[in-house]
Amino acid sequence: MDFTLRIVMTGAALLGLISGSLGTLAVLRRQGLIGDTVAHAALPGIVLAFLLSGSKASVVLQLGAAISGTLAMLWVQSVVRTTRIRFDAALGMALAVFFGLGVVLLSAAQHTAGAAQAGLDRFLFGQAATLLREDLLTMAVTGALALGLVLVFWKEVKLVLFDEAYAAALGLPVRWLQTLLIILLVVAIVIGLQTVGVVLMIAVIIAPAAAARQWSSRYGRVLLLAGLFGLLSGALGAWISNLAPRLPTGPIIVLLLTVLVLLSVLVAPARGLLWQRYRRRRARATAQQAVVAVLQELAHHHPEDYPHPTATIQAALGANVPVEAILRDLERRGKVQHKPGQGWHLTNPPHTP
Amino acid sequence: MSWAIEIEDLTVAYQQQPVLWDVDVVIPSGQMTAIVGPNGAGKSTLLKAVLGIVRPAAGRIRVLGRPFRAQERRVAYVPQRADLDWDFPATVFDVALMGTYGRVGWLRRPGPAEHALARTALERVGMTNLADRPIGQLSGGQQQRVLLARALAQEADIYLLDEPFQGVDAPTEATLLEVLRWLKQQGKTIVVVHHDLSTVAEYFDWVVLLNVQCIACGPVGEAFTPDNLRRTYGGRMVTPVLSTTSA
Repeated sequence: MDFTLRIVMTGAALLGLISGSLGTLAVLRRQGLIGDTVAHAALPGIVLAFLLSGSKASVVLQLGAAISGTLAMLWVQSVVRTTRIRFDAALGMALAVFFGLGVVLLSAAQHTAGAAQAGLDRFLFGQAATLLREDLLTMAVTGALALGLVLVFWKEVKLVLFDEAYAAALGLPVRWLQTLLIILLVVAIVIGLQTVGVVLMIAVIIAPAAAARQWSSRYGRVLLLAGLFGLLSGALGAWISNLAPRLPTGPIIVLLLTVLVLLSVLVAPARGLLWQRYRRRRARATAQQAVVAVLQELAHHHPEDYPHPTATIQAALGANVPVEAILRDLERRGKVQHKPGQGWHLTNPPHTP
Repeated sequence: MSWAIEIEDLTVAYQQQPVLWDVDVVIPSGQMTAIVGPNGAGKSTLLKAVLGIVRPAAGRIRVLGRPFRAQERRVAYVPQRADLDWDFPATVFDVALMGTYGRVGWLRRPGPAEHALARTALERVGMTNLADRPIGQLSGGQQQRVLLARALAQEADIYLLDEPFQGVDAPTEATLLEVLRWLKQQGKTIVVVHHDLSTVAEYFDWVVLLNVQCIACGPVGEAFTPDNLRRTYGGRMVTPVLSTTSA
């Protein structure tokens, strides 16, 4: 594997690990969509940072992204506080306004200041091939700091995510922890913009968490799994996008993540759809056996084709068993017979002693 | 009688709209108190104001004779079940253990002592065999038991419960009541936001009738009168409940 590809894949893997696990915090707080606004709102910051500094160094551009993303969030908060506009509407508004501004600035900059050479448009859909070694270093350091904070404030963060009011009642500085969570979300997003782009960044925040949640019901494991899923999709996505020239990385990573989510929803144990279907089927088989057992019991005291009312069978099994539906099912399969207005009996009753 | 909670001239407003207005309430130590009132009367807000979760526009609140901030770990809160996200990835034991986070302190993890507290609390509410179950798989009654266990693990002196009997099955209601009575025997103070007027006289010693303002506050025998109830609920009170309470 050549050197550039190794850098690119490492970078994308790092981004997946960091954004996937940090994004989980936002998803568990039911605030994943905030990430979409922060990501889109980063664009004007990136362009302005380039125009003001003349530098195309990732650190400078990322700083611009973080500032304008945060400004958008602050704006949303003040709109919600001071007007009757609701949170989701404010989020959408901020996203549209900031992103619109970003696109205008981007096209203006490309005509005037040679932004095309700086490759600013890579921030729209992401281009992992533009990652440099020093970008990796920035990502690793920022990511380590952010994940370190999650570890240091592990139980406090967990409690605030699950039950803010109780955390406040215990005396935890909830306001401060909320701010920390927003900062972590901004870090999770800014770190991935160059590789995934502002438009699709939200998927790297939400999809790993959505997939991981299917596999585990433990907080720590969900975080870890989300990080791993992000890491895998990032590395693989970067590798695939390297196969053809000018293949944007963002959409490929997002497609991989989508497959991962679909697979998880389908096959994960306990929560997966296939598993649930299997369990439903087994429950139905057990219930059918129970109904047949009741009819056999009744057949001992009555003539073979003596019909028993549904209520008699129901009473033996309790109100929770859908006896009527099970009997119809058994009838279709020829196991029981129905005498309208009278009741049910087995098609092949056991030999009476 | 000594007061566990003293509330003076309390006003709380959301978006200029008063939710609580000029409320004076005292709650006695070591007894079971019900807070009753119609929807939107500010019952939950009253608890949250005592806990310092909502900021009052005016008024003073004293808990065990001092401002709440100094007492936070001695007050345990059981929020409304519906306020929580039960799809959160956590087990029953995880939630019970959260009750000990206050005593653990920053940068430290709950140790053997905290684990023992959580286990004892779960045993008290009859949830020991479900300790490893994800909270997403619990019934409403089981959810309520876990939240009570978390409060027990906090080993507080005052317990504030928001609608604990709302929508739970009969065995759970019995268990909850049994645990609350046991707490009372230990000399703890229990305050419950309650919606079932027919059980107030049976369950509680003291009652606060609330409808934005405090309508009445006192021993159940004195304050829980048909007249006060009518003033609390406006014209909407149904009389059958009144007759059982005046009997």
